[in-house]
Amino acid sequence: MPVFRNLAITDASDLLFGIAPKPLALSNGMVIGGGMVYPEINFTLPTMLVTQETMPEVSRQYREMIAGVLKRAVDLEVPGLIVEFETLPPMTENPDWGMEVTHILLEAIHEHKVKHGLKAVLRMTPNDTREMDRPPAMRSGSLWDNMLELFDRSAAMGAELLSIESVGGKEVHDEALQECDIAKVIFALCIMGVRDMEYLWSHIQEIAIRNRVHAAGDTACGFANTAMVLAEQRMIPRVFAAVVRCISAVRSLVAYERGAVGPGKDCGYENVILKAITGYPMAMEGKSAACAHLSSVGNVAGAACDTWSNESVQNVRLLGGMAPVCSMEQLAYDTRLFNQALQDGPLAASMLQRWLVKSDIHLDPQALILAPHSAIEIGEAIVEAPNHYRAGVGAGLAAIDLISDAYRAGRLKLSDRELPWLDQIRNALYDLPEDEDSFILGMMDVVDVSTFRARDYELY
Amino acid sequence: MDLNQLTEAIKTGNRKVASQLTQEALDAKTSPRSILDALIVGMDDIGARFQRNEVFVPEMLIAARAMKESMIILEPILIAAGIRPEYTALIGTVQGDLHDIGKNLVSMMWKGANINVIDLGTNVPPAKFVEAAREHNPQIIGLSALLTTTMPSMKATIEELRNAGITDTKIIIGGAPITQEYANQIGADAFAPDAASAVEVARKLVGSNPA
Repeated sequence: MPVFRNLAITDASDLLFGIAPKPLALSNGMVIGGGMVYPEINFTLPTMLVTQETMPEVSRQYREMIAGVLKRAVDLEVPGLIVEFETLPPMTENPDWGMEVTHILLEAIHEHKVKHGLKAVLRMTPNDTREMDRPPAMRSGSLWDNMLELFDRSAAMGAELLSIESVGGKEVHDEALQECDIAKVIFALCIMGVRDMEYLWSHIQEIAIRNRVHAAGDTACGFANTAMVLAEQRMIPRVFAAVVRCISAVRSLVAYERGAVGPGKDCGYENVILKAITGYPMAMEGKSAACAHLSSVGNVAGAACDTWSNESVQNVRLLGGMAPVCSMEQLAYDTRLFNQALQDGPLAASMLQRWLVKSDIHLDPQALILAPHSAIEIGEAIVEAPNHYRAGVGAGLAAIDLISDAYRAGRLKLSDRELPWLDQIRNALYDLPEDEDSFILGMMDVVDVSTFRARDYELY
Repeated sequence: MDLNQLTEAIKTGNRKVASQLTQEALDAKTSPRSILDALIVGMDDIGARFQRNEVFVPEMLIAARAMKESMIILEPILIAAGIRPEYTALIGTVQGDLHDIGKNLVSMMWKGANINVIDLGTNVPPAKFVEAAREHNPQIIGLSALLTTTMPSMKATIEELRNAGITDTKIIIGGAPITQEYANQIGADAFAPDAASAVEVARKLVGSNPA
């Protein structure tokens, strides 16, 4: 059952970058959400395979990336830094490989603290490899065991923040997106996804407590970001992707219901809604993540961020230097601006927030629903619902109302072919049964049950 | 019988009307080949509209399903008449990569163009492509990847296919990080930038227009 029954932030002006009602204090003195926005850097390998034979080169690449990034962070005097290590599938399947890289990163972070006083912390994000098997075993097997082993060993070594881009429910959600079937989206996110998150995050929280680190948060990357990318490629309507984003907040929220304390994972654009609900600090990414993927929410995503991320960048050479170093510089300057606005007082911060929001929200419904005032309305719909299923329906309807109202008032541009989808989605949501059991019973006849193991989702 | 109505039913994704008109056309002794061509024209139209950003994927899927309904009725007649899909294609996401939306869309478009598609799924090792190629003798193999770290699996798959003596089959690659330059570099026969263009690319490679 949902545990957040009220919003932690009820006023849009309080849903502000750098400030969270429940800030997170780290062991090195950084306080996330305590009045400052920190850069969060992520980087990955250039085009290459990860195998036993290539591991020496993999390690060399990571050594080069972390050394370059930390040097730039010192040179630009960043007040603190989150380094995210998002593993590649072979590194989760073979925890020894993942640990080899973790050791390299933590050692470099420690060296720069000793030599230069740089405050940095490692966010460990094991890639969710469970979907390597089809249908996936979500609660057992070697993929599950290795993933948890990597969480445990990296936390014991000193990775202070634990995150994941979990995939429970994706077996149905991919098809739901291709069909733009909102009932299947809700089944995937608010029934399957929620049940998987409850199980998974109970385990991550246990690991975090045992190792005295923090369960940070999850993301709907494989769900709402897939929708966002499909919308960007003109494959599905933007209004559909916007509604999926809002519904995805119900799934991502479960991490916090199970003990996570933030900062929520960077690519979870739904984090702004989760910050309003939970009060925990959140990572966000936008314009400076264009190196990883395009979006139409580049500025508005920063309105309530507590860490500001580049999502990920390959270790390739650019004119300015290696790409992760260039990314580090961009994030350093972005966060300087946030922090200067905060230092100049509430009026300055409020003005920057307003500009971030207003510059995006009239152009795309996906931006509109991430504005602080929208996030609060969607958050309210979620916390008022009796269960996760109805929270998903409520979030979807709230999103459709926000988009429709803005369009009618001339505050949002929508192409003609988007318009019929507003009514289609609204009607589909209204048609859903009130009762969760009836919904599940009906959907089990509709979805392709061969794509998932029903017992792993407590669906019998 | 006017087969334009059947084409229209496919374009608008009207499954019921499509299957009804298919049956009526057969009852009226219309040649199965002409009926099939009418279906393919409908799918080609929706594919072209998708390329022009006039429709979304769900609308294409609805059209594909309407065609599938018609094919349930038509296929046994085609087989009895000795008319089979001109081409067979294997498709899969390469080893280490689990992304399948792009691959599924290409698969759907190829089926709509009356290509017999065998979908090997995701995370497909090179050896499985070789095994399936030997079994099905396809004219086309489609390889998909979304991750930069699994792109090398495309190269490994092409090398293994060619080393296994599968040299005549045309290999098409696609996926977000893939470029024509990369296709050239690893010896692929073609690069398809999106699902809709994959039909055109396949037809050009195999040297004919089935429709």
